Amino acid sequence: MADTSPQDLKTVPLNDVHVALGGRMVPFGGYSLPVQYPTGIVTEHKWTREHAGLFDVSHMGPSFLLLNEKSGGADADHAAIAAVVEPLICGDVKGLKPGQIRYTLLLNETGGALDDLMIARPADPAWAGSLYVVVNAGTKDADFARIAAASTGKATLNRADNCALLALQGPEAVAVLSKLIPEVADLGFMTYRSFPWNGTVLVIARSGYTGEDGFEILVEPEHAKAFWDALTADERVKPIGLGARDSLRLEAGLPLYGHDLDETISPTEAGLNFAVSKRRREAADFPGAGRILKEYGGELARIRVGLLVDGAPAREGAEILDASGAVIGVVTSGGFSPTLGRAIALGFVPPAYAAVGTKLSVSVRGRSQSAEVAALPFVPHRYYRKPV
Amino acid sequence: MTIKFTQDHEYIRVEGQTGIVGITAYAQEQLGDIVFVELPAVGKKVKKGDETAVVESVKAASEIYAPVGGTVEAANEALGAEPGMVNQDPMGTGWMYQIHIENPAELDGLMDEAAYADFIK
Repeated sequence: MADTSPQDLKTVPLNDVHVALGGRMVPFGGYSLPVQYPTGIVTEHKWTREHAGLFDVSHMGPSFLLLNEKSGGADADHAAIAAVVEPLICGDVKGLKPGQIRYTLLLNETGGALDDLMIARPADPAWAGSLYVVVNAGTKDADFARIAAASTGKATLNRADNCALLALQGPEAVAVLSKLIPEVADLGFMTYRSFPWNGTVLVIARSGYTGEDGFEILVEPEHAKAFWDALTADERVKPIGLGARDSLRLEAGLPLYGHDLDETISPTEAGLNFAVSKRRREAADFPGAGRILKEYGGELARIRVGLLVDGAPAREGAEILDASGAVIGVVTSGGFSPTLGRAIALGFVPPAYAAVGTKLSVSVRGRSQSAEVAALPFVPHRYYRKPV
Repeated sequence: MTIKFTQDHEYIRVEGQTGIVGITAYAQEQLGDIVFVELPAVGKKVKKGDETAVVESVKAASEIYAPVGGTVEAANEALGAEPGMVNQDPMGTGWMYQIHIENPAELDGLMDEAAYADFIK
């Protein structure tokens, strides 16, 4: 990704808008996207925690997987489409309720993560037998090829990554978006629906990667500008670059594929046990189940932890040391937390060092700096919990 | 008093035998919000081109190299509490360290204000 020359970069539907706003355009997953706008990452980060930040994440891979032949029974059709994808992942798709979204992982045969992704069941029974699937930018071609191959003869994968995918995140996101579409206020966390808006249909999920309440919205490319303008007309909304998205997700303690997750790391090692669904564990019918179930039972070589770091930020690749100075692990994401005003990091260590409060150190430019294992998330999540 | 610039976007403000070193307005603009500054120890002897300080933005760390050789006379400790001064006033309160210039002839290889303005165009 880093070596992509500017002329190889793809542009997103809102490219001209970002350039006009003074966005600093850099490569992200093969696309040119703003890392920040003129106000800068710290200001943008804080705005999102206090108000509503609007992010362009159109580099990601939204898609729809549709059953080739429907039976007409909504539950049967859902079970049939779930059966197409479940052999690739560790999540329970069959058990999704209409409109529910699940975070899961695409695994290789040894239980390593090929990607982390969102899979969702449509709320409308007329759409039973289809799934809304959103994968990461850097892996999307391989992911789509893998899903399509597993679907051959049974289902068809339709990419929607020509569309704009926007994330509106922050405590005021719901107030802003419900001015345009009042019904979004009724969506629970990790659910989605389609809504007509201004001559188009928006696919709106109450989800996001900042730790805040918010929405991810799929918009047809020709309607993207009108929708962006409608949101940014509200003074509570500011455009936010992907630099602040990264610092927000780090504070939220969420793994980033290609950094805190890769094809050697299992969901168990990544601290994502919740993503290995109970039904799938009991059936032991997912890729790498042998390894992952052993790890589940406690045989774990390493585990992802959060670190509060004293002094300079410990970046990806910095070694993690024990009290005697021996190298026990490595930082996979690290930086500065604008909310906490100090350096934070994610990294992998053996489980014996993973207890909250364990004193460790990190090596930054050859110098040892003290660090302490911290509870994740670093900054509490504020997802919307729907009253029951 | 003269001010000289490197191709790595450091400035050195020369006051007699002393040079005050920092990064240019252009450099802080490119780096974005600066959240941490690592300064050299007072008394440290450095050669022209040595890594003397590190500035960290939210995204990345950038090394600051010595524009000329000499001995570090002072470091701007205020940046420990307020690294953002480098963004707000890079050529004033956001200076990083002072160096006793060993060989003033090394200044001749640096750009003057007009040449630097041209360089960043």
